[in-house]
Amino acid sequence: MFKVTIDGIPVEVEPGTSILNAARQIGGDIVPPAMCYYSKLEGSGGKCRTCLVQVSKGSEKDPRPMPKLVASCRTTVMDGMEVKNITSPEVIEARKGVVEMLLINHPLDCPVCDQAGECSLQDLGYEHGAAKTRYEFDRRKFERIDIGDKIQLHMTRCILCYRCVFTADQITDKRVHGILNRGDHSEISTYIQQAVDNDFSGNVIDVCPVGALTDKTFRFKNRVWFTKPVEAHRDCDHEKCNGKVTLWYKGEDVIRVTARKDVYGEVEEFICNTCRFDKKKTADWVIEGPRKVSNQSVISSNHYDTLKPLPVVKTNPLLQEANKEQFERETRL
Amino acid sequence: MARKLLLEHINVPGINTYDVYRSKGGYASVEKALKTLSPEDVVEEVKKSGLRGRGGAGFPTGMKWSFLAKPEGVARYLVCNADESEPGTFKDRYLMTYIPHLLIEGMIVASYALGAKTSYIYVRGEMMPQIRILERAIAEAKNAGFLGKNILGTGYDLELYVQPGGGAYICGEETALLESLEGKRGNPRIKPPFPAIAGLYGCPTVVNNVESIAAVVPIINEGGDEYAKLGIGRSTGTKLISAGGNVKKPGVYEIDLGLPVEEFLYSDEYCGGIANGKRLKAVVAGGSSVPILPANLFLKTANNEARLMSYESLADGGFATGTMMGSGGFIAFDEDQCIVRNTWNFARFYSHESCGQCSPCREGTGWMEKVLHRLENGQGKMSDMDMLVDISKKIEGNTICPLGDAAAWPVASAIRHFRDEFEWHVTNAATAVTRNYGIGNYADPLIIAEKAG
Repeated sequence: MFKVTIDGIPVEVEPGTSILNAARQIGGDIVPPAMCYYSKLEGSGGKCRTCLVQVSKGSEKDPRPMPKLVASCRTTVMDGMEVKNITSPEVIEARKGVVEMLLINHPLDCPVCDQAGECSLQDLGYEHGAAKTRYEFDRRKFERIDIGDKIQLHMTRCILCYRCVFTADQITDKRVHGILNRGDHSEISTYIQQAVDNDFSGNVIDVCPVGALTDKTFRFKNRVWFTKPVEAHRDCDHEKCNGKVTLWYKGEDVIRVTARKDVYGEVEEFICNTCRFDKKKTADWVIEGPRKVSNQSVISSNHYDTLKPLPVVKTNPLLQEANKEQFERETRL
Repeated sequence: MARKLLLEHINVPGINTYDVYRSKGGYASVEKALKTLSPEDVVEEVKKSGLRGRGGAGFPTGMKWSFLAKPEGVARYLVCNADESEPGTFKDRYLMTYIPHLLIEGMIVASYALGAKTSYIYVRGEMMPQIRILERAIAEAKNAGFLGKNILGTGYDLELYVQPGGGAYICGEETALLESLEGKRGNPRIKPPFPAIAGLYGCPTVVNNVESIAAVVPIINEGGDEYAKLGIGRSTGTKLISAGGNVKKPGVYEIDLGLPVEEFLYSDEYCGGIANGKRLKAVVAGGSSVPILPANLFLKTANNEARLMSYESLADGGFATGTMMGSGGFIAFDEDQCIVRNTWNFARFYSHESCGQCSPCREGTGWMEKVLHRLENGQGKMSDMDMLVDISKKIEGNTICPLGDAAAWPVASAIRHFRDEFEWHVTNAATAVTRNYGIGNYADPLIIAEKAG
């Protein structure tokens, strides 16, 4: 086991662990943000540069600091390594720069974006970004394209994290899309607008950190914070899918199905397109219970992590009477 | 007249053919290395020579070779980086066009030293004539028994292939080159692992510049110690400089490292001074990626010493008052050139050539290009200069590969040294679109701050 110290907090990890994963074992606010790294996808990471950290001591054997900031997702730990994340002004400065770069060509149309409320870039911008932009030019624009009948690609919002490319490469049978062109005009695309037709293609929606790849069966149906997430499963007959999902309810209707995501926005297990797009009735599913939503998320503003009525409602009979209708609706599940 | 090592026979008619090249002592280093030296001896000679990589970074070649991992039963590769696309640099193309056998000879010796059985020359895709020339030369060498199975009866086998490049500047970055060579999109890899551990097809690989490999030939012929006698300090041997811009005699020159820049620029043997009797305003000493210097700081270092064409002397003063040797793309600007326009031109190049993988470079290069374009066209603001410096700082060092640094340095250095001119573009916006700033005080003698105490 290697001993690593991140922002002064020691942790023991397996050799070969990345700095980012070591930080995730500690948890809390010393975990560097990651827009492109995805632990379930081999080869991902290193591109967005938001997870840059300073290595102030290389290892016990070679205590020299690393000359440049390193991408914590792709740098493996050494025994005795000391890493500075939020305690390093350089890291904070560099990260602020990266966030600014990521946002200069991003449309910032969050009010009309389907990803709003569960967008990694929105969270990142809120935490690190400056309130004003210094960019005074036209932003990059692309036409929306449908890749298949269930997925829409809006390149304008893409931050080129390559996660969907790795997903298409590793999770689906055949790689059908990739990056065309280069520099700030590069784009995710299918070859000559081919449809993405594969049992697992829907997962590109889940891995997308922004609103570039969206579920056409859910687009503009509702804001994510007005829906309630519920854990459910079904006996899926696809051999690679175990049918464990999150159902997103609006009233009594399942309006969206996604894979279950952990605190870092990564899916626990990839799900097949049948589960995702075709099973939208409560009867299709075995309900496990409400999904735990971090109280940092706007989704938690509706307090769906508790099936019990709110304390103020529960103890005040007058309020209970007044809000009877809403109370019933909220506790129906 | 200084001795030429690489271009000694460049004026011999037919030197591009095997027979003439051989009659001038060509392939002697292959015979010497394969018959009398062990691979370790060859690496040792190159180490002794002090040869530094000629592609830009200046990393000692012998050291690079000795880092190559040598696991049992795993192939090793030597890849020659002939994807020369740096604006201002054209020495490799010249070498490959006129004396292709020198490169092939170097490739054989270097491959032998590294134990590579298959080697590749990755040539920039636009250089189709050079690819044909190299292929013909390889066929000639193979015919003469210097390539293929059992070379010169020593039992050493080597196959040499030429690979046309993918058509992007970024494919000259060594890991992007390897990706491209493997048939993938030319995106730089995230390091570590370095190519010396896991390079081409996951095997240990050395990637060297054309000139570095060619320089192995005189090193083996004459011995590393002899080679190290040329040059100055840690800059040993000779270097090809592609002189361009407003010089009287542009072209590729082989110089001994340590030649004073003044001599290189003004003597008739080399550039012959500035064309049309004009005065020198600025110099980019090593290809577009290195910091630009005004004439006064280029000819003299900040300590008022004469600057030399060597890795150390050009870098004297760090980024504040120095530049870099780079790949030897020497561009001189006369008094009529506009630094803002030139900086915009470089920024446009890097914006066009960024691979788009990592965010600071992808977004930042485009941003700098747009701001510089605005400045050049008289739409700039006074705050743009500070913003450009800030953007360049946000890119520099935070990217996967050195393209981000290469994009940031020319912009940051131009603003550092030519701020007057940039400000003039804002304060005299209407004039700036019709005429250039002129030489200003950029060629005036340096004012040397007196040392305290």
